[in-house]
Amino acid sequence: MNEGPTYQAVRWNEPIIFELSRKGRRGHSVPGVEPEIKAAVGDIESRIPERMRRKSPPMLPELSEPTVIRHFIRLSQQTYGVDSGIHIHGTCTMKYSPRVNETLARSPKITDLHPLQDSDNVQGVLAIMYQLQNWLCELSGMAEFSLQPRGGAHAVFSNARIIREYHRMKGELDQRNEIITTVLSHPCNGGAAAMSGFKVVTLYPDEETGCPDIDAVKKAVTKHTAGLLMTDPYDTGVFDSNIEAYIKLVHEAGGLVAVDQANANSILGRLRIGDIGADLCHFNLHKSFSTPHASTGPGSAAIGAKPELTKFLPVPIVAYDGEKYTLDYNRPHTIGKIGEFYGVIPNIVRAYAWIMSMGAEGLLESSEVAVINNNYLIKKLLGVRGVSLPWQKAHPLRLQEGRFSLEKMKQETGIGVDDVNRRIIDYGLQDMETSHEPWIIPEPFTPEPPETTSKEDLDRFAQVLHAISHEAYTNPQIIKTAPHNAAISKIDRTPSSDPKKWAMTWRSYVKKMGRNS
Amino acid sequence: MLKEIPVTDAEQLFADIPKRIMYSKRLNLPHPTSEYETRRHVEDLLSRNRTSRELISFLGAGCWPHYVPAVCDEINSRSEFLTAYAGDPYTDLGRYQALFEFQSMIGELVGLDVVSYPWYDWGSVAADAVRMASTVTGRREVLVPRTMSPDRLAIMRSYCDGQIEITFVKGNPETGQLDPEDLKDKASAKTAAIYIENPTYLGFIETGCEDIAKLAHDRGALFIAGVEPLSLGILTPPGEYGADIACGEGQPLGLHPSYGGALLGFLACKDEERLVSVVPHRLISITRTEKSGEWGFCYVRPERTMFAARDKAGSITGTATALWAITAAVYMSLLGPSGIQELAKTIMEKSNYAMKRLAEIEGVRVPLFDAAHFEEFTVNLDSTRKPMREINRTLMKSGVIGGKDISNEFPELGNTSLFCVTETHTKPDIDKLAAALEVAIQ
Repeated sequence: MNEGPTYQAVRWNEPIIFELSRKGRRGHSVPGVEPEIKAAVGDIESRIPERMRRKSPPMLPELSEPTVIRHFIRLSQQTYGVDSGIHIHGTCTMKYSPRVNETLARSPKITDLHPLQDSDNVQGVLAIMYQLQNWLCELSGMAEFSLQPRGGAHAVFSNARIIREYHRMKGELDQRNEIITTVLSHPCNGGAAAMSGFKVVTLYPDEETGCPDIDAVKKAVTKHTAGLLMTDPYDTGVFDSNIEAYIKLVHEAGGLVAVDQANANSILGRLRIGDIGADLCHFNLHKSFSTPHASTGPGSAAIGAKPELTKFLPVPIVAYDGEKYTLDYNRPHTIGKIGEFYGVIPNIVRAYAWIMSMGAEGLLESSEVAVINNNYLIKKLLGVRGVSLPWQKAHPLRLQEGRFSLEKMKQETGIGVDDVNRRIIDYGLQDMETSHEPWIIPEPFTPEPPETTSKEDLDRFAQVLHAISHEAYTNPQIIKTAPHNAAISKIDRTPSSDPKKWAMTWRSYVKKMGRNS
Repeated sequence: MLKEIPVTDAEQLFADIPKRIMYSKRLNLPHPTSEYETRRHVEDLLSRNRTSRELISFLGAGCWPHYVPAVCDEINSRSEFLTAYAGDPYTDLGRYQALFEFQSMIGELVGLDVVSYPWYDWGSVAADAVRMASTVTGRREVLVPRTMSPDRLAIMRSYCDGQIEITFVKGNPETGQLDPEDLKDKASAKTAAIYIENPTYLGFIETGCEDIAKLAHDRGALFIAGVEPLSLGILTPPGEYGADIACGEGQPLGLHPSYGGALLGFLACKDEERLVSVVPHRLISITRTEKSGEWGFCYVRPERTMFAARDKAGSITGTATALWAITAAVYMSLLGPSGIQELAKTIMEKSNYAMKRLAEIEGVRVPLFDAAHFEEFTVNLDSTRKPMREINRTLMKSGVIGGKDISNEFPELGNTSLFCVTETHTKPDIDKLAAALEVAIQ
């Protein structure tokens, strides 16, 4: 059971790419210029006015193609993806991305399309976008979707902007300057509301239930309320079933409700947020719909609106007249453009292909398996010394994930979640999501095993936490000094807060510390 | 597994969701399909696309056709980079290092010491930049050129709505250059920033940057430059002409056009605490580890971003465009200093040749502005009386995709289009365009 770690990460001790540079090397040749062109245009640089002419070329590294490829292959080997091993980083739905969808997203029939080509020549990609919009409507109960947001925070921002436009049109924007959110909602809900110019009222969960008390919501809702932006289910894996009551309260006060469905993986096909009265919602294609997380993006999100609000959706939206697909910009009340062109097209193709292959039955099964996986893991982890699951009494069963606490272990051994997270890689596992700030659960960790996690992986994960817990209670030093088997040892984090030491570029590092420090 | 939990039926696991709100009908979605069927279906749909590589395209306007070296796709297909997410440097060292190298190489291009984690696109980072300037200066107006990209302007408006006023500065009708008098009139103690684009959306090079920077600083405002990165192979970097913040679009750095779906915004600034503390996105710093000779990485002031500060951050961040930034790092390291310089020159030679060829055609005015142009230029057809839409249809018959019709975006320029020529165009391609255009305007 307490088999020690046998894993060893690749340790290339790879230099920074500038250290590999050798004068005169180059990894790529540029297409030639015909002599007739040279003759016709003459000395091209002389056309640039003197003060706009670059005096010396940018100091990029000088490398051959084999050196470049080796360097980046080594860096990839020192990166831990879903395909590398047990990677159940919570709040992120790290499900497997089927490879056939890569082939499709990388087809030249996608990559070689220019966004301004005439719609006659892009009917294939527009058909995919249109169908995906419709499928997301079916999954949410909303009337129309826009695929414009580039990520979850962008989607929530768009929803906040729609709430603003709605009240502006009604002439109530001056009065309605507050957005309510909950602290267990993703930070972008408060962040996007503030960015859109709203004051933010944040509700905290009740000690017993893990959800805000309805009376607290009643008090928060006033004539100033523009809307409620909240995540449901929460990152605790709790579904806030008061949501119907919140929606009713906010609607009665004249506000709108936008539900952040980044955690929709557990409810696909089981709960349609539009059916219970939400006005707006969003999905993350890189979470629930299997597009790869791409080392933190590009992701992609989509926002849905109920009939009265579709006119505000960000443009363009793909329209279909029965014969031809077009990009529809003719929407006078739209909140406008939120990103250039039309969305993260490769992810739209991947998500389309994924939903197509899963079908209605597959989606329902995937959410069921994900929830079984999670509750099985919860059961296993609750047997680990020092681990607890806050709000267990009210919510012994959770949806897509659970948020645990190592408070007891920290009190008893001095080992907290940051220490455990440094140790877990020694056993060959990706580290764990702790929690977004603020940590209302002390020493939190949040594993989320999606449907593509095997029982063997869940058993192994629990076994590793058992082993680390045992170490915490018997040999905490080995955790304090971890990692031991990772690509590097413990990091000096002083540059994080020290302007004299931080260096976000190599040129800055060389200026501050010298080349050989 | 159910027994261990223990429940008898998986449905019991959904106890949190009241039964009466659960959806009980079958979703109106397709039935599951095999890998073969899925692939066949999607490929059948995709075959209805006719790509710009099957034709000869002269479209740019925010998404440009450049050659993507094979190594770029090799690295961004690596499944570790493709499927990683948000691990710390102990598990994801390579991701942090590659992104630090991206930051570093963008820093070399723009001549600034601080570069942030990548973001969505040029429009979004330009909007972030003006919001940063407003926070730093406590002022609520930004001056932008009338020639600014309409898409980027629209995004900036979305991001600034009700908070920052966006005011146009006129361009000189002959040269396109930002009008110094109009700028002086409008720049005031209310101005948070002056934002310019270089090369401009209309393709010409703005040359008054140093004067604009000085004026901005005299008025206590910041100077922000939005740039196309390949042009920096031959153009003075923003850091050298006084920009406090630079931003731009990284798609030319090894990313396929992808129907506009593979964009990469980059954001850089001076290494000043007041600026660093308002950058909305992650910032990776290089550092050392306990072991001598080892490189490590950490986030700078993570408490400043929305992740931790929530509504106090005043900005959003989140899942970004890291895989594209890693690709851009590969691209920049393949080209190196001489490669990027040669590429910039090549692009400029070819586009200037195209301008010359098209200008020889009677009834075609190319370019509208008496200024140096990088890869895009205006083509005016006022004297032909045929709208660009019609001309483009005729060009298409010869397998040529003409430029972007900008007559709606800039009515004051008449029947004008924006054409783009890069290293991917050959002399025969350009000559073919010239011949086809000559026929089309008849």
